[in-house]
Amino acid sequence: MRRYWAVISTRFRMLLQYRAAAVAGIFTQSFWGFVRIMVLEAFYRSNTGASPMNLPEMAAYVWLGQALLAILPWNADPEVRSMVRTGSVAYELARPIDLYGMWYARSIAIRTAPTLLRCIPMTIFAMFVLPLIGLGEWRLIPPPSVACGLAFAIVVVGAIALSCAFTMLVNLAVLWTMSVDGLTVIAVTLVIVGSGMVIPLPLFPAWSQWIFRSLPFAGMVDLPFRLYSGNIPARDLVWLMLHQWIWVAMLVLLGRWWLSHLTQRMVVQGG
Amino acid sequence: MGQIVVENLAKAFHIAERQAGLLGAIRGVVARKHREVRALDGVSFSLEAGELVGYIGPNGAGKSTTVKILSGILVPSAGRCEVIGRTPWKNRIEHVAHIGVVFGQRTQLWWDLPVIESFELLRDIYRVPQSDYIKHRDELIALLDLEKLLDSPVRQLSLGQRMRCDLAASLLHAPPILFLDEPTIGLDAVSKLAVRDFVKRLNRERGVTVILTTHDMDDIEALCTRVIVIGDGKILSDGTLADLRNRVTRERWLTVDLAEANGAIDDPDVTLIRREGQRVCMSFDPQRISPAALIGRITQKHAVHDLFVENPPIETIIAKLYAEGRG
Repeated sequence: MRRYWAVISTRFRMLLQYRAAAVAGIFTQSFWGFVRIMVLEAFYRSNTGASPMNLPEMAAYVWLGQALLAILPWNADPEVRSMVRTGSVAYELARPIDLYGMWYARSIAIRTAPTLLRCIPMTIFAMFVLPLIGLGEWRLIPPPSVACGLAFAIVVVGAIALSCAFTMLVNLAVLWTMSVDGLTVIAVTLVIVGSGMVIPLPLFPAWSQWIFRSLPFAGMVDLPFRLYSGNIPARDLVWLMLHQWIWVAMLVLLGRWWLSHLTQRMVVQGG
Repeated sequence: MGQIVVENLAKAFHIAERQAGLLGAIRGVVARKHREVRALDGVSFSLEAGELVGYIGPNGAGKSTTVKILSGILVPSAGRCEVIGRTPWKNRIEHVAHIGVVFGQRTQLWWDLPVIESFELLRDIYRVPQSDYIKHRDELIALLDLEKLLDSPVRQLSLGQRMRCDLAASLLHAPPILFLDEPTIGLDAVSKLAVRDFVKRLNRERGVTVILTTHDMDDIEALCTRVIVIGDGKILSDGTLADLRNRVTRERWLTVDLAEANGAIDDPDVTLIRREGQRVCMSFDPQRISPAALIGRITQKHAVHDLFVENPPIETIIAKLYAEGRG
């Protein structure tokens, strides 16, 4: 275990150096947070029927999404991409360590380090600064109960595990095709829409709910955020965890199978 | 039984052929032509522990492919291979714990991290006990003169410094076997000497088995007692360096920079290879005339700026080996 921990912490420390990117990210994500809330609020005001999510829940959903955006598995590990392009991936295979495990550990670092850098200032902004500037209606509410907060913390762990398992599939796609730009576009769309980052999943038509809910992307942000705001009661925690971890298991199995298949027909670039 | 045994190793790559031009590109989208490239075509050799073997051949001959199969990275299409009794691609994880690999064109160090942090990460990945790690690390630091480099991020190192660090990184777990794939490529003369000197000591003093691929004949001459030549995926020659030279060609090359613009050298013992302005390159047979005598004769007859004697480049030897094989 210690070796995987060493991989995570090394990569993590490296990523914490990118402070400028984090500051830029905070600004962009705050901006998008406002845009999304304003658009959604306009819909709420013109909507006369019952809404599956009230306004504070929706605001919490949006702000958590902006704060935890970096958890989403929308790209491949940039290091894996450059290793595959230059052929340095040969060194990765020359290590006495399970390759899937090592890359999974790297994924944990790339999903958590930028998130950590961004989520604290974003939360302070959305929770405490917004009311001060007269936008209290749009603020990020604290979880309505301790149970909600705890349940949220637990599913965030599952969300990271799930996101990393999906990141691994994108990494393996890089290993498979070398250039993954086209695939990334598909992955981004799938992940962003499927996770509820464009429109919160509860606002999709009722008939489509079961599809979104059963996809793995729901477990990455949608279900955790609704647990946070109490939109889903904390007692449903077990079901959400089951959804997340079954998907983690399936994606990991798929990734491992794919990797073992790929290493049998590996071609290393550049002599 | 050797420490490394390779029997009839073959590796074929299927490569999608790209056709030239726009029309070709469109055609390629619909129906792709595949071409089979035989990188290795029945390679066999065996190495005893403690040997230092040069593995040479032109670009695309199959050198790197062999090294990558031996280090468990590629799976061959056919053939058998055992390294310390293990098949690299079957027991990959256990196998790679007992070898060290350096690919000269790439680095195994983390670009943005100080060198020492890469070492520590490798210590964890290879599960080297702390006391062994400190011992190996300090020895390598002393041998390769790394003390001043340890705290610099890898991206700030020169190629020569980086290669020394890469060598150290591949040996922190003290493997009995080291694969070096073009370790001197792109290095300046001083760094090349440092690398050669280190590899030699590693082999002589620690008995580490080394397979070295290179284009640099001087590497081979300085280090290797045995040379395996590969071309087109087949072994063309396997023996001592002297054997190889004697078998293929004894000739040496003499390059002279003449003072006169259009001077010609006609000497019965030399054959002109090429001229570039005032520079004339010739071949001669050192058994017919000693280099010293030849140089004496030429400098007497011609005004000479500069001259040097060298061995024909490896490509020439390979070309002759080919011709021999076909003829």
